[in-house]
Amino acid sequence: MITASEYTFKILRYDAKEPEAEPFFETYRIKVLTGLTVLGVLLRIRDEIDGTLSFRSSCRSAVCGSCAMVINGKIDLACRTQVATFGSNTIVLEPLPNFEIIKDLVVDMTPFWNMYEKIKPYLIRTSADPEKEIEQSEEERSRIDQFVNCILCASCYGACPVLARDPEYAGPAALAKLERFALDSRDERPASALDAVNDEKGVWGCDTILRCIEACPKDVRPTDSIVSLRKKLIKHKLFGKGIR
Amino acid sequence: MMLYHDVLIVGGGLAGLRAAVGLCDKYDVGLLSKVYPIRSHSIAAQGGINAALANNPNGKDDTWEKHTFDTVKGSDYLADQDAAELMCQEAIKVVYEMEHWGCPFSRFPDGSIAQRPFGGAGYPRTCFSTDLTGHVLLNTLYERSVFKGVKVYPEWFVIALVNDGGQCHGVIAFDLKNGEIVPIRAKATLFATGGYGRVYFYSTNALINTGSGIGIAYKAGVPIKDMEFVQFHPTALIGTNILMTEACRGEGGYLTNKDGERFMKRYVPNAMELAPRDIVSRSIQTEIDEGRGLEHPLGKYINLDLRHLGAEKILARLPGIRNICLDFIGIDPILEPIPIMPCQHYSMGGIDTNERCETDVKGFYGAGECACVSVHGANRLGGNSLLETIVFGKLASFAIDEYLQNGEIKTDEGLLMSRKEEMEKKIHGLIREGKEKPYTILADLSKTMSSLVGIFRKKEELAQALKNIEAAKERYRHVHVSSPKLHMNHELLNAVELEYMLDVAHTIALGAHLREESRGAHFRRDFNARNDTDWLKHTIAKIGKDGEPVISSKKVMITKYQPMERKY
Ligand SMILES: Cc1cc2nc3c(=O)[nH]c(=O)nc-3n(C[C@H](O)[C@H](O)[C@H](O)COP(=O)(O)OP(=O)(O)OC[C@H]3O[C@@H](n4cnc5c(N)ncnc54)[C@H](O)[C@@H]3O)c2cc1C
Ligand code: SF4
Ligand code: FES
Repeated sequence: MITASEYTFKILRYDAKEPEAEPFFETYRIKVLTGLTVLGVLLRIRDEIDGTLSFRSSCRSAVCGSCAMVINGKIDLACRTQVATFGSNTIVLEPLPNFEIIKDLVVDMTPFWNMYEKIKPYLIRTSADPEKEIEQSEEERSRIDQFVNCILCASCYGACPVLARDPEYAGPAALAKLERFALDSRDERPASALDAVNDEKGVWGCDTILRCIEACPKDVRPTDSIVSLRKKLIKHKLFGKGIR
Repeated sequence: MMLYHDVLIVGGGLAGLRAAVGLCDKYDVGLLSKVYPIRSHSIAAQGGINAALANNPNGKDDTWEKHTFDTVKGSDYLADQDAAELMCQEAIKVVYEMEHWGCPFSRFPDGSIAQRPFGGAGYPRTCFSTDLTGHVLLNTLYERSVFKGVKVYPEWFVIALVNDGGQCHGVIAFDLKNGEIVPIRAKATLFATGGYGRVYFYSTNALINTGSGIGIAYKAGVPIKDMEFVQFHPTALIGTNILMTEACRGEGGYLTNKDGERFMKRYVPNAMELAPRDIVSRSIQTEIDEGRGLEHPLGKYINLDLRHLGAEKILARLPGIRNICLDFIGIDPILEPIPIMPCQHYSMGGIDTNERCETDVKGFYGAGECACVSVHGANRLGGNSLLETIVFGKLASFAIDEYLQNGEIKTDEGLLMSRKEEMEKKIHGLIREGKEKPYTILADLSKTMSSLVGIFRKKEELAQALKNIEAAKERYRHVHVSSPKLHMNHELLNAVELEYMLDVAHTIALGAHLREESRGAHFRRDFNARNDTDWLKHTIAKIGKDGEPVISSKKVMITKYQPMERKY
């Protein structure tokens, strides 16, 4: 049966346009029906209680990557997190770590997109395109599946301890995206394309402690891509092999 | 501050990105989107994109002409046939092009792009990537735009279109991050702003699908077309209304009522679950209305049963559906049927454009779901909308290129500045004390639309809907926004969009009220047959001097498919 219970939401408030004002937690009490998601609550707070609250959302179905945040200490998408799944009636919401806050739960994603663009996130071909499709087997396609599934939500980026100490590190999502292409049977990027990540700011920076895997809502496993890229680089160095 | 681009594209979904990619080598292009392009609604499309590639062993003799026939018949003969022909011909090219740009389509054993059956289609011609087709297409086009270096303004919101009565000079935009109102001058402007699902309370659409782009164009004097044609998808999850793709049925899923009966056999025995959407939605609603639905605290429902497909097929072909069911209703479709209900899904109507994406206003174009060419007529076939976005995004780039090549285009800075000042006044005017919050008006409006302008319609209810909308417009005069800060102020944006949504809703209800026939998705209980003699025509709405819509009509283009009874 559907029941309503009273919850306390503590939400981090901050406005980068007023840097002199310290961040603080604002408390909202709200009655929640079973099944309501954290995003559902945020929308209600903004609509009914406090129109000044800022957060991002779009699809409300865990596919667009807008709404990653820290929910009771754990990074997840607000839209797929049911309020009732927590043992307590108090829920704390904070913006994604490793980013500058713009306002409240909205962070500045620019560094994330910069890294994404840097790894050349597109299919690179040297041969001419055939008239019809470039052939690919279902097995070859499904190999890239997990990396294709990335929704660019930056949960992994927020969870990454390496990024916490080195903002110039490429980060899990960008490296997973690179692997998505390097592993695609149709991609023809030269081995030198991996040079850009062949250092401590790239694949060698990772501590392999799997925080990104834990944080990812789409089972992408960025660490797997980093390990695989490392192997490709080593093989290339030792045996002069291509990257596939 | 005033910005300038040769071409301004509003919308970072499939249609907008495809147009930008086609123009940016030659022109200075700026792309505005109220969310990061990758967060656009296109990302959520699941089932697939139609093209007569004839890859499926059961469809080796498929052709673009057969695709056109299915599209026209599916449209209940309201589609413009020249445009449908063009789309189906181009389909093959754009699907290969997307593949060459990296789109990871699912494959057949011979390495070709896989194709599945979809509702209302005589052939299995829906290309797909598991059940994440929109996700892979949008990522591929976004990747292409990064490759091409398209200039994107993310989280920039267009609030007005600047039209001098015959020519478009650009837009007035709102930079959400900085809270600034910025005029942007452009020789050509393309709207690719998506559909109007959220004027309905029950909708499969993303929260951002307000249809404001259509409302903005309408307010600026651009005619809009066939607004009354709203698609209701048969299978949305109860509660959240998240879509359960038609591919569930394309892959063999059943619809069953509370007696476990596959009731579609009583409605469309030949096509069963794969009849077109309008017909399946009405059948489901009838089952529920006649007491053969099931009960849930979240509402009455029908079962979408996939269990007989087996775990392997569900995991390989419908993994996204399974995840959504697990995340949002705690059901594993491998083990249990999915509780579904029909709800608003797609906007057939929109900005009145021709097959070159041109509108009544020089230099102003429309493409994708916000436009009405019309290729979908009274009912869109599944898999034809992703197709429309990419084909017409591409064709818009050709048409804009031609327009820019042919002669001098003068844009009027003064006009932009005065419009900017007006908008500034208006926005500051919303930040005040007042008795109405935007969301209460929207909730009432959208409930009116779902209950009175829904799957089954009739005169009295539509008249009531018009009254409710009138009342909502009156209440809007007292709307207020609580935060005086302009930046990252979503409540403010909601209030701005609401004004446009009111007009969009108004034109839908008015069109539905006037159209005394049943055609495709528009079903009138009081006029339950199609009437070609009086109604084989498009509805055009244009804003009048008093701000009220003025309705006229437009001929349907018929090439070689004469209207017949639509039987499946
Ligand atoms: C759940 C779901 C599944 C679907 N599955 C399929 C399918 O399998 N096959 C199929 O063919 N079709 C499907 N459709 C339909 C299809 O996804 C859409 O019609 C299509 O993606 C629309 O693309 P678009 O580019 O026109 O608009 P959108 O992708 O909606 O993009 C609109 C863009 O405009 C921007 N925008 C809007 N207003 C403004 C403004 N005022 N200022 C600035 N920017 C603005 C937004 O930020 C966004 O970037 C599905 C639809 C839904 C709801
Ligand atoms: S890898 Fe996972 S966590 Fe990281 S951006 Fe992609 S979907 Fe989000
Ligand atoms: S709103 Fe799209 S992922 Fe949460």
